[in-house]
Amino acid sequence: MEFETVIGLEVHTQLMTQSKIFCGCSTTFGAPPNSHTCPVCLGMPGVLPVLNREVVSCAIKLGLATHCTINRSSRWARKNYFYPDLPKAYQISQYEAPICEHGYVEAELESGEVKRIRLTRIHMEEDAGKNIHGEGDDDHSYVDLNRAGVPLLEIVSEPDLRSAEEATAYLKRLRSIVRYLGISDGNMEEGSFRCDANVSIRPRGSATFGTRAEVKNLNSFRHVGHAIDYEVRRQARLLAQGQAVVQETRLWNPTEAKTFSMRSKEEAHDYRYFPDPDLLPLVVDEGWIERIRATLPELPAEKEQRFVRDYGLPAQDTGVLVASQALADYFEQVAGGVKEAKTAANWVLGDLLGVLNKLGTSVEESPVDAAALAALIRLIEEGTISGKIAKSVFEKMVATHQPAAEIVAAEGLVQVADPEQLRPILQQIFADNPTQLADYRAGKTKLMGFFVGQAMRVTGGKANPALVNDLLREMLGPVEE
Amino acid sequence: MAADSDLARLTLHEAGALLAANTVTSTALTEACLARIAAVEGSVHAFAHLTVEVARAQARARDQTRPDPLPPLWGLPIALKDNICTRGLPTTCGSRLLANFRPVYDSFVARRLEEAGAVILGKTNMDEFAMGSSCENSALGPTHNPHDLTRVPGGSSGGSAAATAADECLAALGSDTGGSIRQPACFCGVVGLKPTYGRVSRNGLVAFASSLDQIGPITKDARDAALLLAVIAGHDADDSTSAREPVPDYVAGLDVGVAGLRIGLPKEYLSGGLDPEVEQAVGFAIATYERLGATTVEVSLPHTEHAVATYYLVATAEASSNLGRFDGIRYGVRHEGHDLLDLYQRTREAGFGAEVKRRIMLGTFALSAGYYAAYYGKAMAVRTLIRNDFTAAFERCDVLLTPTAPTPPFCLGEKLDDPLTMYLSDIFTIAVSLAGLPAVAFPCGATKQRLPLGAQLIGRPFDEGRLLAMVHAFEAASGQGRMAPAL
Repeated sequence: MEFETVIGLEVHTQLMTQSKIFCGCSTTFGAPPNSHTCPVCLGMPGVLPVLNREVVSCAIKLGLATHCTINRSSRWARKNYFYPDLPKAYQISQYEAPICEHGYVEAELESGEVKRIRLTRIHMEEDAGKNIHGEGDDDHSYVDLNRAGVPLLEIVSEPDLRSAEEATAYLKRLRSIVRYLGISDGNMEEGSFRCDANVSIRPRGSATFGTRAEVKNLNSFRHVGHAIDYEVRRQARLLAQGQAVVQETRLWNPTEAKTFSMRSKEEAHDYRYFPDPDLLPLVVDEGWIERIRATLPELPAEKEQRFVRDYGLPAQDTGVLVASQALADYFEQVAGGVKEAKTAANWVLGDLLGVLNKLGTSVEESPVDAAALAALIRLIEEGTISGKIAKSVFEKMVATHQPAAEIVAAEGLVQVADPEQLRPILQQIFADNPTQLADYRAGKTKLMGFFVGQAMRVTGGKANPALVNDLLREMLGPVEE
Repeated sequence: MAADSDLARLTLHEAGALLAANTVTSTALTEACLARIAAVEGSVHAFAHLTVEVARAQARARDQTRPDPLPPLWGLPIALKDNICTRGLPTTCGSRLLANFRPVYDSFVARRLEEAGAVILGKTNMDEFAMGSSCENSALGPTHNPHDLTRVPGGSSGGSAAATAADECLAALGSDTGGSIRQPACFCGVVGLKPTYGRVSRNGLVAFASSLDQIGPITKDARDAALLLAVIAGHDADDSTSAREPVPDYVAGLDVGVAGLRIGLPKEYLSGGLDPEVEQAVGFAIATYERLGATTVEVSLPHTEHAVATYYLVATAEASSNLGRFDGIRYGVRHEGHDLLDLYQRTREAGFGAEVKRRIMLGTFALSAGYYAAYYGKAMAVRTLIRNDFTAAFERCDVLLTPTAPTPPFCLGEKLDDPLTMYLSDIFTIAVSLAGLPAVAFPCGATKQRLPLGAQLIGRPFDEGRLLAMVHAFEAASGQGRMAPAL
């Protein structure tokens, strides 16, 4: 039987507000344990939450960017469970009336198809702290509550995804959006962009869903893809053996590349959600929404369309360029300083990203800024240096931070484009290679490439290749038939 | 020393006047209360913790610096219920679980009292986590009614009411969730005001039921209640449910009188089954107001019969969540276990008393998957109906007058084994809490055995001033002085 995969994702993204969601403590990552705490986020008796309205602004931003309805009135709810990293024994979240509902995100697949993934809801909530277990002889457990009360947005998708590729494409696009909006750093490894996947399979064509497993601990795009693929295989194997898929929560173990059962439906918590009596219903007025709408940046999807339209770029280029706002901005600056936008895109996507990957750095920290790269490309476009020389100039720019023109001048890399300078050089090559010359004249025209190569070698790559070709053809004369 | 011991009998306003005139010191007032405590506390047991040295130091400091004008409570010794957080001082909520707990921060009201110059004598006994109507559910043992030591002082603010009635302090703060200020005030023959929900910040009040809890004054007369309420009322940015409503001058408004007021008498509260002595005392209050020029009108609060059930679902649901934090991890008395679950179970098993466990279980059940709609959901819907009852009644009258408690103070142990009967002792106070309205309990008579009896006035939201003026008018007109306990 042929199966269809059905995936819905729940994403938690940590917001980059200055202070926590219900108290004034800092949200900075990496501080000494429990140094960013106060009676409120420690859950001391008698303390009360006071909403940080900046969190609401972030939620509205994301809601607008993902075409959601922004609910004018939403409610805070308590999600009750016991755990040492949860100081109040409840998490303040939203349940029945979330701030955003019924949106969608569009992501491009490798085939070029644009997939629309509907969002069920986006809601605000507080993060929990972290339990740290002693190692070796230390059998104690420790609790760090610096993260307790850091604001999160939970983005819940409809079960619209049909493959690991779609899930990854959706996640990448969603991460781009939160980064464009400046509301989250979207860092999966540090846990500021976390994903749980609800995975099920069903016979292709079936209208009902299969039993799903919720997979947790997916802290990279690669893990998401691998875990989904594994889970689909596992479920298909079960069904093939005539067994049933159990509704449960499973943990992805990246070392073993498997998912393991964490708790079954029977063991699932009853969170006893109810409206938090300490917080009033959240009312968002039209003015607030409109003020935020006016500040929204151009989002990845719009930018992609504009790049195709204004720069004539192919779709496969734009997807990577717009993944990060900084890269898109860099590209636009380069493109603005050169004749051919496509050349700019090639340099950014090829040489620049290659160098950044190798250095393990981001475009914001690029050793070559956009203006410098544009100046380099102009040297090619003006015929001052060849494309090949430009590659080595670029490498030197990365190493020395010098402008391209300086490197070209200092190293005498200016292209030789004067026929009178090149003729004697070519004559000398003919004299040094009589056999090849004779063979060429005897009809081995493939040897043209050999002479071009020699010319480039002798000139240190500075000869203008087109001119060399013209001169060679003229000087070698007609070939004997 | 005889004169000194008389100082403890003063009201806040009487003592304040003497202080302002420089005829008495804060130290003298404080020592008078401490002497009274030394004399009667052994039999009353109103305090959970005395803060003698803190009180003496505060009194000395108040005597040394006298700001001009003198802040309203300058140098006046008062007591706080033990669920009101006081920085560095015990705040145990009458629970074994918090026996070692000292908050690292002050509640909003504690800060207001400090700014107003009050002297803190100690923390008063209470039913554990404010759950109870007799002050018997305290890990520290029961408080006794100063008017009859075999009887309960009411609860849960029984310690605050008993301490005030027994002149161990000039006044006290209590907290009220379903009657926990009003019923003990009634049982002890003092004035107890539950403000409108949101009138006084809950910041630093250890939560029992967050949508119902309010801090309020327990005092020897209406003027003191006005004085104390004026200090603690007002908006607090740290409590999202705190009201922005301006705070009127309650003391200045005391003398407006009652002429022309329409007093609503809810028939559901005054028909059948009422203790005859309670009925008589309430009748006396009604007659007094009519004599002063008020009129009465019968009104109906048709959903009254559902109030107790509604309350015990809403309050316990919230409590089951609010008390989750007492897990032995960060503070409180931990009982180690062989794993995390065991630690939680041992800590909470040993730390909480029976009534608290009962309510946590009830509330947990009410919120459980599959039962939420039938219990919590339904209770919230009925709560709206109860609120609407009051709104409708207030279209026909300015205030409501009811009994405070259905019976005179009962005996210690009398209802301990029967939680439901115990719950019914709050029958007249609970609906008011569900509606978030202000209400004041005031003494208006006594039984043949000289046990205090009282009535309750219920107002529109933020109408505390009118309620206090009415109590003040009754005090002046009834000719009854405060009934002093024969201790």
